[in-house]
Amino acid sequence: MSLMLAIFITALIMISVCGIYGLIATRNLLRIIISLEVLTKAATLMLILSGYIIGRMALAQTFVITLIIIEVVVIVVAAGIVLSVHKRYDSLDSYKISNLKG
Amino acid sequence: MEDEMQNLAIISILLGSMVLSAFFCIFVRDLLKSAIGLAVLSALLTVVMFLMNAPLAAVFELSVCAGMITVVFISAISLTRTYTAEEKVVNRKGRIKRFILLPVILIAILAAAIWFIWPLATQMLISNPLGPDLSVQDVLWKNRQLEIIGQIIIILAGVFGIVVLFKDRGQEAQ
Repeated sequence: MSLMLAIFITALIMISVCGIYGLIATRNLLRIIISLEVLTKAATLMLILSGYIIGRMALAQTFVITLIIIEVVVIVVAAGIVLSVHKRYDSLDSYKISNLKG
Repeated sequence: MEDEMQNLAIISILLGSMVLSAFFCIFVRDLLKSAIGLAVLSALLTVVMFLMNAPLAAVFELSVCAGMITVVFISAISLTRTYTAEEKVVNRKGRIKRFILLPVILIAILAAAIWFIWPLATQMLISNPLGPDLSVQDVLWKNRQLEIIGQIIIILAGVFGIVVLFKDRGQEAQ
């Protein structure tokens, strides 16, 4: 294993932990989307790293382009849902949205 | 050897900055600063992609993620209500309790990596096998044509999702 790979893996784990922790700890709906986005950045970096290691950057780039498109659609729809929720409940706190609570 | 050290130093600085940006995004209280931190994270990822011979994906990342998504976030933040002074005080106390564990976890991961994983490294850089690789256009348009159809369907799904969301809001307003 090379030192660069070790540094990459450490950074990937740290960025992923930031995203997962944000998803778990926060109650603000917009911050949940931001945490999801941080987690996606780690996934993008992982795809690029794997393509670099096996020497097939073209394939890795197509995967990244697909990931970016999916990411954008998810974020835009999620932001629309957050705006609708804010209009209805006048709050972004996920604890206050309890109509479906069983 | 000097080139290897230089490359390693540049990549290390970029990755360290990415970790700091991700931490800033999650830890900072102001949502606007958080969105700007996310844009910085995307821009740093773009530079890493350029250095790793992925220019096309890097351009997508810079224009779409660092540009468009930041605009979407800032629009959403400006359209939603900010906290009142009382709510800010209450949230600040609860927030510090909830997020104090994150820096501790990150420092623990870094320490574990430095002590256990990094000493196992036998060489500096990743050995990149430079074999015959197809171009991105060939892979995307010849080998993975179905993926293009999938992407179009995903984009249409997003567009219709937004249309339905705002159509419902319009009916409610009436």
